[in-house]
Amino acid sequence: MSKKSSSLPPLSALQTTSLSLEYDGVRYIDDIDLSLEPNRLSVIMGPNGAGKSLFLRLLHGLIIPSAGQVFWNGVPVDDAVRQRQAMVFQRPVLLRRSVAANIDFVLNLNGNRHRCNDILDNIGLLDFANQPARSLSVGEQQRLALARALATEPEVLFLDEPTASLDPASILAIEEIVTQAHKNGTRIIFVTHDIGQAKRLAEEVIFLHQGHLAEHTPAQAFFNAPKSKAAEAYLDGRILL
Amino acid sequence: MQEFSDALLLAFELIFSGDKDLIEIIGLSLRVSLTAMVVACALGLPLGAILAISRFRGRRPVLVILNALMGLPPVVVGLLVYLHLSRAGPMGSFGLLYTPTAMIIAQVILILPIIAALSRQILEDLNAEYAEQFLSLSVPRRAVISALLWDGRYALMTVALAGFGRAIAEVGAVIIVGGNIDHLTRVMTSAIALETSKGDLPLALALGFVLLLIAFAVNAAVMSLRLTTGRYANV
Repeated sequence: MSKKSSSLPPLSALQTTSLSLEYDGVRYIDDIDLSLEPNRLSVIMGPNGAGKSLFLRLLHGLIIPSAGQVFWNGVPVDDAVRQRQAMVFQRPVLLRRSVAANIDFVLNLNGNRHRCNDILDNIGLLDFANQPARSLSVGEQQRLALARALATEPEVLFLDEPTASLDPASILAIEEIVTQAHKNGTRIIFVTHDIGQAKRLAEEVIFLHQGHLAEHTPAQAFFNAPKSKAAEAYLDGRILL
Repeated sequence: MQEFSDALLLAFELIFSGDKDLIEIIGLSLRVSLTAMVVACALGLPLGAILAISRFRGRRPVLVILNALMGLPPVVVGLLVYLHLSRAGPMGSFGLLYTPTAMIIAQVILILPIIAALSRQILEDLNAEYAEQFLSLSVPRRAVISALLWDGRYALMTVALAGFGRAIAEVGAVIIVGGNIDHLTRVMTSAIALETSKGDLPLALALGFVLLLIAFAVNAAVMSLRLTTGRYANV
């Protein structure tokens, strides 16, 4: 849990009301009402173009909805809420600096420097501390981006298909770090369209299709007997239009 | 032709004998233009960074004007600085006209738009890459600016050198506000103009060679920096 927020009510419960996003007359997110209980590991699934990444950005307050609102424990998402959250993007955005300097950057923002080596040690990158961050392999870069996000001690961690282009060993490393963070009390919202990964991680699944919320179901029920036709077709490997 | 080759020979003699006047002129040129570059960078790089990350009404016209100012004619800058620094001007009481300080001021005005406009372009590209991550991390504006300036440092060095190249090579502004006074405000370009008009070709040529050498050195530095940037783009 974040030290920053220790005196504030936790953010982990989420509610969206009639959340919509529209650009140039096209509705990318369409009237989503969703309530998430605290402390679950939630996985957002759906085919490409379903609006998963945009939905995640709306929840994190990176983009402003055309209509509707996002509440974290009753508080509308704003700068103060976003400061207590972190996000890992599909393509890791690393600063043009050393591996250690990437971690130090966020530790300095929080006024906390001394943990850098521990953090790098935890993710197995201590030996690369002084190496340019962008010279790491993509898997290592994503691990660093994840460690950097966790170094901010977020209450909520968003992950937008963080393992989309990674090798199996890197995927496993990322999943282990995410699972550990979840056990330590960080609320995880993970976007993926990898069904196997969703099965490994999810406690509940939010399935989006064409910007709509098709269903929100506990993970086991979702994979055994999805309620929506869209999710059923997706799990069957049929192409969804 | 014979006269030209004699002049060339004399020019080399001047250079290799370490002629005092020549050294003095080169020294002043470097001092004025390097100071102008440092001052213009101190002002222009943060300005470029602010413009790179800011969105405000009228931003586009500001950028168009800034880009247009990159082509400021040196004589016009010289004239404007002259009008401000001359005794009747608003800053006449400082007594700066015909001093190296006046030349530095003119060169700063000349290259500041170059530094700001070029750095704005570079930092805007870098910011496009970082912006969403910085928003997610709630990085304060001041920290965004310093992060962009630091991470863009290799590319920004080429911007600084481009500004220096422009400053050291210009003659119109320094000759108006400096007055080309011997041992006081005579720099390479103004000396070349004077010596050529006097017919003292060896000194003019010697200075011309040094100026060319500096231009080559600056270009070589820019090119090697670009290579380094490519090699350490990962840094």
